[in-house]
Amino acid sequence: MNLKSKDLLGLRDISAEEIQYILETAKTMKYIVTSNNKKTAHLQGKSIITLFYENSTRTRLSFELASKYMGASAANISASSSSVSKGETLIDTGNTINMMGSDVVIIRHPMSGAPHLLAKNIKASVINAGDGMNEHPTQALLDMFTILEKKGTIKGLKIAIIGDILHSRVARSNIWGLTKLGAEVSISGPATLIPRDIDKLGVKVYSTVQEAILDADVVMGLRIQLERQKKGLFPTIREYSRFFGIDDKRLKLAKEDALVLHPGPVNRGVELASSVIDGEQSFINEQVTNGVAIRMALLYLLTRRGTNNEVTN
Amino acid sequence: MKLLIKNGRIFDGKSATSRISDILIEDGIIVEIENEIESTGCEIIDAKEMYVLPGLVDAHCHLREPGFEYKEDIESGTRSAAKGGFTSIACMPNTNPVLDNEAMIMYIINKAKTDGIVNVYPIGAVTKGLKGEELSEIGEIKFAGAVALSDDGRPVNNSALMKKAMQYASMFDITIISHCEDLDLVDEGLMNEGYYSSILGLKGNPAPAEEVMIARDLILAEYTKATVHIAHVSTELGVDLIRNAKRRGVNVTAETCPHYFSLTEKACEGFNTNAKVNPPLRTQKDVEAIIEGLKDGTIDIISTDHAPHHIDEKNVEFKLAANGMVGFETAFPLAITYLVKPGHLTVEELVNKMCVNPSKMLGLNKGTIEIGKSADILIFDINEQYTVDTSTFESKSKNSPFDGFKLYGQPQYTIVNGNPIVREKVLL
Repeated sequence: MNLKSKDLLGLRDISAEEIQYILETAKTMKYIVTSNNKKTAHLQGKSIITLFYENSTRTRLSFELASKYMGASAANISASSSSVSKGETLIDTGNTINMMGSDVVIIRHPMSGAPHLLAKNIKASVINAGDGMNEHPTQALLDMFTILEKKGTIKGLKIAIIGDILHSRVARSNIWGLTKLGAEVSISGPATLIPRDIDKLGVKVYSTVQEAILDADVVMGLRIQLERQKKGLFPTIREYSRFFGIDDKRLKLAKEDALVLHPGPVNRGVELASSVIDGEQSFINEQVTNGVAIRMALLYLLTRRGTNNEVTN
Repeated sequence: MKLLIKNGRIFDGKSATSRISDILIEDGIIVEIENEIESTGCEIIDAKEMYVLPGLVDAHCHLREPGFEYKEDIESGTRSAAKGGFTSIACMPNTNPVLDNEAMIMYIINKAKTDGIVNVYPIGAVTKGLKGEELSEIGEIKFAGAVALSDDGRPVNNSALMKKAMQYASMFDITIISHCEDLDLVDEGLMNEGYYSSILGLKGNPAPAEEVMIARDLILAEYTKATVHIAHVSTELGVDLIRNAKRRGVNVTAETCPHYFSLTEKACEGFNTNAKVNPPLRTQKDVEAIIEGLKDGTIDIISTDHAPHHIDEKNVEFKLAANGMVGFETAFPLAITYLVKPGHLTVEELVNKMCVNPSKMLGLNKGTIEIGKSADILIFDINEQYTVDTSTFESKSKNSPFDGFKLYGQPQYTIVNGNPIVREKVLL
């Protein structure tokens, strides 16, 4: 099997089979990440660029390590130190990188659709590392990988996503991916942070967090951007945590063995109580390890397209 | 110079029905309309099995001159208009400098005389510099030749100033064309707030942002008894509000644009910046309401909102892309294809929306085929289908979401002041 597109722009664009294949490939990669010798030759001779227009620590590092563990030449460009600050357009920047022979460009951008624009205009594979409020597919894949590891399946699970759905690219990618693999997704959060007509994606929208969490197999918190409060989307952090935060009492409404996930970094005591973050049901730290495995899998699958190593059905 | 149009089906914009007749034009003036005209020494256009309509009148376009000639200028804009069947067009004042004084209005009128190939009428700004702070010299603007007033591209945000503008403009018997948009409600929205904005992760511009402002301007128009024209209506409730105001006797006319009855927000899929327009493309329900509004007379006019933009202003991230689409060269075919062909409007009703009513609203002596009037005429074949190819547009810009669409109603001839400037679909 191979990935149909040269790019990974979102989970909306790819099939359930492709998602499953990426998750399956990541199993091997996790073995490498957790072994003593983290050096393979999967990406030897490949050039990989991370192009970050937004600050990021964990996603960028995760991609860089994934590239390096597999032997690629990896370089990073951050927007503040690039020609972007001199007014260069995204397409021009992308084209310059492309002409230097890069095989994969990993882009994070504050505007939805920026990776799509780049992908249309350059030859290299483009991986979306988060675009505006649109998608963050590798984060959702690592969430799905974590769920699969712990639960053995995604089909039929009830997965509650709580918080700022409106601005969350993590939520959107998870909704696409999880529903494609047969999960029942419930969402809840302040009404001002629930996107219009989101129910048409086949998710259930609940007005209380309690209802959304009830009997859930997985409870996923989302990071609240504190500037949203200043924009009047919710009154105070205090009120947010009281009505929408996940504490031990609320977590008890979920299944006894429910997993707690969060894309991080967590605002402690706001989205999740510290006891929940550090509790036995939390797999937030493991998500980070799985992130590297997922990114290794993706880089491998995208760079072997069109080579002798490519396996076709 | 004599021109004879033979055997065409004429909708003259005055009579309720069509008739097959000949039209004789001498020195730019229509001199005879009869069943069989025999004449020698004149150019003959055989319009058999074709419709002959008054030349289209556009009440809302952007020619971008002065200031933005890299997108369009009066020459290229009027060529684009002619290709689309328009013989008279009214251009918006959001140029640089803004058309907010007598000198600038005169500039457009004079420049159009030398560079333009169709009739051009400037629209003056309501407020100086479109800043929404002080009224423009409305009286002088009117006497210099402006046919309406508008801050199009932005609303007059201050309600008190809008009320004064309406009161003051009424004295000079000039219509205010209102761009209805509550900027606080828009809140940086990039496309219609709904299913597609949710799945694309693009900030939504909710329908109420337009509707709240339509309501405000209707209330102010009723109070001041001013004549107001609501620009580019795109929502179901917007149509309802105007319908209700008309019942109450408010002096209001309204327009919509072809993209609001032929496309939905779905056109933004794939972050298609050519579908980024303000107000944004809405839902199927809104499209149906717009068509209903056109049918029942709530919406009087179809305007193009011709908004050319350079490729570099569109081939960027959706958020950074300019709003608007090229309109002249697809407006009439879209109306024929999406309104006339499915039976929502007759050709005669379309003549009212695209010739008679805009001419009336702007106070022009255009939009009809009558003896003694200047010969501004459009001839087309309703049964001939063609494929839109934006690379062939006469406009300097090619930003249209309709590339590749199969449409009916491409103009075969556009005649301005008796001069056929489009002949057999070719612009001379």
